[in-house]
Amino acid sequence: MTPPQRQRRFPKPEPVPQPPPREEQEPPEGQKKNPERLYVITGPDGVERVELDLVTLIVARADPPPSATPEQAALLRLCTAPLSVAELSAYLSLPFSVVTVLLTELVTAELVTVRAPIIRQALADRSLLEAVMHGLQKL
Amino acid sequence: MDFKSSDTITGPRTEDHLPQTAQAAVKIVIVGGFGVGKTTMVGSVSEIKPLTTEETMTQAGVGVDDNYGSDTKTATTVAMDFGRISITDQLVLYLFGTPGQERFWFLWNGLFEGALGAVVLIDTRRLEVSFDVMGRLEERGVPFVVAVNSFPDAPRYPVEDLRTALDLSEDIPIIECDARRRASSRDTLMTLMRFLHSLAMTGALRR
Repeated sequence: MTPPQRQRRFPKPEPVPQPPPREEQEPPEGQKKNPERLYVITGPDGVERVELDLVTLIVARADPPPSATPEQAALLRLCTAPLSVAELSAYLSLPFSVVTVLLTELVTAELVTVRAPIIRQALADRSLLEAVMHGLQKL
Repeated sequence: MDFKSSDTITGPRTEDHLPQTAQAAVKIVIVGGFGVGKTTMVGSVSEIKPLTTEETMTQAGVGVDDNYGSDTKTATTVAMDFGRISITDQLVLYLFGTPGQERFWFLWNGLFEGALGAVVLIDTRRLEVSFDVMGRLEERGVPFVVAVNSFPDAPRYPVEDLRTALDLSEDIPIIECDARRRASSRDTLMTLMRFLHSLAMTGALRR
C-alpha cells in the first residue's frame, strides 16, 4: 500500500516566478492589511497601537483605578503576576483582538507593562535554543 | 458579546502563576487537521491545563468550513488551544495547537512568523489534510518537523515512503509519536529543537 502523494505547490528548487495571486496572498510591504481591524479603537485620538503578540507577557503596574471599566479591572487583577496575552484572552473569555484593544488602553494609561516575546530571527540564537532544549529535557 | 462580571472570572491557580522574573516568552506551533491530536499533544506536556483563546471571523469566513468543526462551535469563532512550559525563571515556552487551514492564521498576528518552529502533526489515515499546511510553512520559511501520531487503526508506512509521499527533503525529521504520552510529545519537541539548532549551526557556517 502506498500513501497518497503530495503535489508540491511549486517544483523544487523554488522557482523565481511569483506564486499565483490568491485572495489571501500577502500584499506587498506597505500595503499589508491589518487583520485586527475587526475592532476599531475608539480611545483617545492618535493613540499608537501597541505591538502585542499572543505570547507578549503583561504585568500590572497598579491596582485598578476607580475609573477602570469592569473589563480593565478584571484584566489588571489577572496580571499581578506576568501573564501572556493568550492567557488573558482565555481567562477573560474574550477574543484576542478585543484583549489587545483593552491592553492598548491600559498601556497608554501606564497601568501595565509589556514584556515583548523573543521572535524567530533569520539566524536563530543558539543559546536560546539550547536553553529551551535544556528546559524540555527536565520535563 | 457577553462579558463575565469580574466576580466570576477565575484566573490562574496560585501554583500556575509565573514568577515575577519571567522576562520573555517563545512559542512553538503544533499544526494539523481536525482531530489529529494537537490538543492532546499540548495537554500532555503543558504545565497548566490547556487553555483556549478565540478569535472571531469576519463575514467572509462564515460558512466556508461547514464540513469541519464540532457542533458546539459557531461558524464565526475560531479557537486555538495552548499550553505552557516554564523553561527558566526568565523564559517561558508556549505551545499553540492550530487548525491547518491558513485562512485562520491571519487571525493571530505573527503566529507562525514569530514562532521558533512548527510541528506538523499527521494522521496516516488522512495524510492529504497536511499537504497544504506544509506548502504554506515552506513558503513562509517556517522550519518544521513532521510527527506521525500513531493511531492504532491507522495504516503504517515506512518513513522513506512517507518522505517521498510528502515530498520532503532528507534533512527534515519525520518521527512517530504518541501524542497522549508526555515523554513522546516531549521527544517530538526535542526533535524540533535539535533540527532548529542544526539549522542555526549550518547558517552560522555559511557566514
